[in-house]
Amino acid sequence: MGNYDFAIGMGGAPGQGIESSGPLLLRICARRGIYAFTYSAYQSLIRGGHTFLTMRLSSEPVANHGDKIDLVIALNQDAMDKHLQNVAPGGAILYNSDNTKPEGDVPEGVQLCPLSFKELSNNSRNRIMLNTLLLGAALNMLGAGLEQLENILTIQFQRKGQDVVDENVGIARAGFDHAAEHFTPFPTSLPMQDKPLAVTTGNDMMAMGGAAAGVKFYCAYPMSPSTGVLHWMATNARDLGIMVRQVEDEIGVANMAIGAAHGGARAMCATSGGGFALMTEAIGSAGMMEIPVVIINVQRGGPSTGLPTKTEQGDLWQLLGASQGDFPKIIVAPTSIVDGFTVIPELFNLVDKYQCPGMVLSDLTLSMGYTNFDPDHLKWDQEIDRGEIITEDNGSDENYQRFKITDSGISPRALPGTPGHVHVVATDDHDEDGVLISDEFTNPHKRRDIMEKRQRKMDGIMADLPAPTLTGPEDADITLIGWGSTDSLLDEAASLLRAEGYSTNHIHFRWLYPLDEEKVNAVLAKCKRGIIVEGNYTGQFARFLRGETGFNADGHIRKYDGEPFMPHHIVDGAKEIEAGKTELYIPYQEIVV
Amino acid sequence: MANDGKPIKAAPTAKDFKGNIAPDWCPGCGDFGVLRALEMACAKTGREPHEFITISGIGCSSNLPGFINTYGMHTLHGRSLAVATGMKLSNHEMKVIVTGGDGDGYGIGGNHFLHTVRRNIDLMYIVMNNQIYGLTIGQTSPTSRMGMKTKSTPFGSIEQPLNPLALAILSGATYVARGFSGDTKHLSELMYRAIEHNGFALVDVFSPCITFNKDNTFAFFKQRVNKLEEEGHDPTDMQAALQQAMIWGDEIPIGLFYEDTTRDALEDLEPVLQDGAIGRKTDLAITKEQGESIVKQMM
Repeated sequence: MGNYDFAIGMGGAPGQGIESSGPLLLRICARRGIYAFTYSAYQSLIRGGHTFLTMRLSSEPVANHGDKIDLVIALNQDAMDKHLQNVAPGGAILYNSDNTKPEGDVPEGVQLCPLSFKELSNNSRNRIMLNTLLLGAALNMLGAGLEQLENILTIQFQRKGQDVVDENVGIARAGFDHAAEHFTPFPTSLPMQDKPLAVTTGNDMMAMGGAAAGVKFYCAYPMSPSTGVLHWMATNARDLGIMVRQVEDEIGVANMAIGAAHGGARAMCATSGGGFALMTEAIGSAGMMEIPVVIINVQRGGPSTGLPTKTEQGDLWQLLGASQGDFPKIIVAPTSIVDGFTVIPELFNLVDKYQCPGMVLSDLTLSMGYTNFDPDHLKWDQEIDRGEIITEDNGSDENYQRFKITDSGISPRALPGTPGHVHVVATDDHDEDGVLISDEFTNPHKRRDIMEKRQRKMDGIMADLPAPTLTGPEDADITLIGWGSTDSLLDEAASLLRAEGYSTNHIHFRWLYPLDEEKVNAVLAKCKRGIIVEGNYTGQFARFLRGETGFNADGHIRKYDGEPFMPHHIVDGAKEIEAGKTELYIPYQEIVV
Repeated sequence: MANDGKPIKAAPTAKDFKGNIAPDWCPGCGDFGVLRALEMACAKTGREPHEFITISGIGCSSNLPGFINTYGMHTLHGRSLAVATGMKLSNHEMKVIVTGGDGDGYGIGGNHFLHTVRRNIDLMYIVMNNQIYGLTIGQTSPTSRMGMKTKSTPFGSIEQPLNPLALAILSGATYVARGFSGDTKHLSELMYRAIEHNGFALVDVFSPCITFNKDNTFAFFKQRVNKLEEEGHDPTDMQAALQQAMIWGDEIPIGLFYEDTTRDALEDLEPVLQDGAIGRKTDLAITKEQGESIVKQMM
């Protein structure tokens, strides 16, 4: 990390305003050009319970929430009790002294920063303003001015009248001034960098990636933690000419997306594990009817309804095994929030080329996480390649066959409505004509031909997909191996290990299926001690990788407690494995909500 | 396929919609009459085969797209309406026909049926209702009568059948009709009006299964059906339509029960569709201005 690396934790009950003041602080940082990554530990309640938002701020791009918390903003006693011990030495905790006080030992070197909301707000009954008071105080301690917060509050409350603006700005200033008088500021000030940044979430990025890919049909059934994609799409649908539908269930979602895709639109949908389970039959039908469609699965803790507001990497095998029989499909796992934008257009070009379903495996950490990033990295003019499609009567296709047997397995796809190309696509297996004659499939030779035609597309897909990436020294003693959302975490852990004298590198998988054995083994061959890191109980990726390549890892680090990994979890685990103490390390989660 | 949707110069006839594959239904199956009526109805609209897409689920009657000369999709069991909704919204310039049976539409696809009806999307849904599961060789269906003996109810069904017409009317369908496969001319007219109707149109058809349903036979219906058109029924009157939908006994009404031409179809209410089919757009990229406006939201 760069020279500024600071983390703020905000704890309180849902409804106390963390969900708005967190992004508010991020926006202030974005205007100052500060990068950020945010993880929200929350519960499946609209009111009640406890929320803890970790915001890591940095002068460099950052894509995980790090190891330490420098400042806790405790909105209630619960937050104080739960998080006082999480504050790093040299850190501080801000709280409302009217109803919150530290109990038990205060960790050494932690500054207690009490403010009385009653006194500083002139007995205001507007309790939600406690957020603003503490935010004002925090900005002072961070060495930032109040200007950006004042601007944002003014814009936010303008419509409610000058009185409301004055009240809010006043309370922010009261907090700011009180801190100036009573608290010791942090030694390093929040930098002011030249380039203003943007604030986004993983779900928003994937939705934007869809828009950039030319998605014209999006449908969904609301399900945490994937619903953000629906919200973004619904908000922007009219400006971008995207048809957005909320459907009665996920069975309907997947089938509707497939119908829209067959009609020619680039179609996408998103859900989480339970909804994905309902979609699986339809995914097989897209494979059989050779219709390109993209399905996002944002993983949460399973099995079953599981942990609706917690993260996991537990759906890999569900995707691998989705639907009966064999058919070409592609699975990709974005490696960061911003990668969500890139992955979607890339996947659409592939599924259009190979006329098959494509699946995106995100997780709660990425999808619900916020990040501050440089918006210049968003490439809006994405390459859009629809593959071999026929949209007009070209007069030459006397005997058009929708499922024509070709060397590549790809058969030119005529969109419905095109004169001269009338055909039927069927979920029953069919011959080149797509003619459905069930009795024909007592014909083993036709069945074999059409099966081999479809599966030949897998060769093309494998040739098109890149090998996993290797970062760090090639001949390192330890290799951390991961997939999807843990990319930045493992890079950071590898660099921390190197700083402690452990020669470490990192292999990361973004494209998960199909894996080209040769390409993958060429990278894995350099591994001396491979440690596979993943967020599930049974080592789903480790088993998959062994099955596809024969690679056996020397150690495993796994987590399935609902909370994302922190870099030190990996560092500690790698050292234990390296020392021969264990082959399987399960990190202990220190921050509990 | 020889008559593979090539542009047809003269006005299309029912023959132009005849597929190359002979139906594999049991000889004497009610579905033959439905297919014939549909070919006639499509031709009467003056549209060409490539302007239609016929979408089905799974079941004997869902094999129909293979036997008619239009674009076709033979989807999963119970999912035809969901697929058809996506297809219609992707290319609303096409005429979308959905076919299937009572098990497909009212059983496994029941949830999609309710919600497609209420959305009033412009498509015609033909349910070949034979009150039995045929392709799985004879089990009870959501429209089997109380007491009916089938392979899965050997001592007689103890469940009340559902009433698809009343259900559709109450769920917001704007065209609800019932025909009889034994009267293809009457059925074809109901289908033609359903295709031309702007909104969701249900055409439930008595299409007897001669192999597995010995109760609801051609003779059973022939004796009982009477046409609403001959009874002075007013299809714009929802109360009267519901009353007719409740009648089941020695007389069973067929014809147009209910029609509401005042409601907009889903596609009419969606601004995104007003400048052409989204599935036919070729310029898919985001403009620089759109990109900048999206970035502004995040700053």
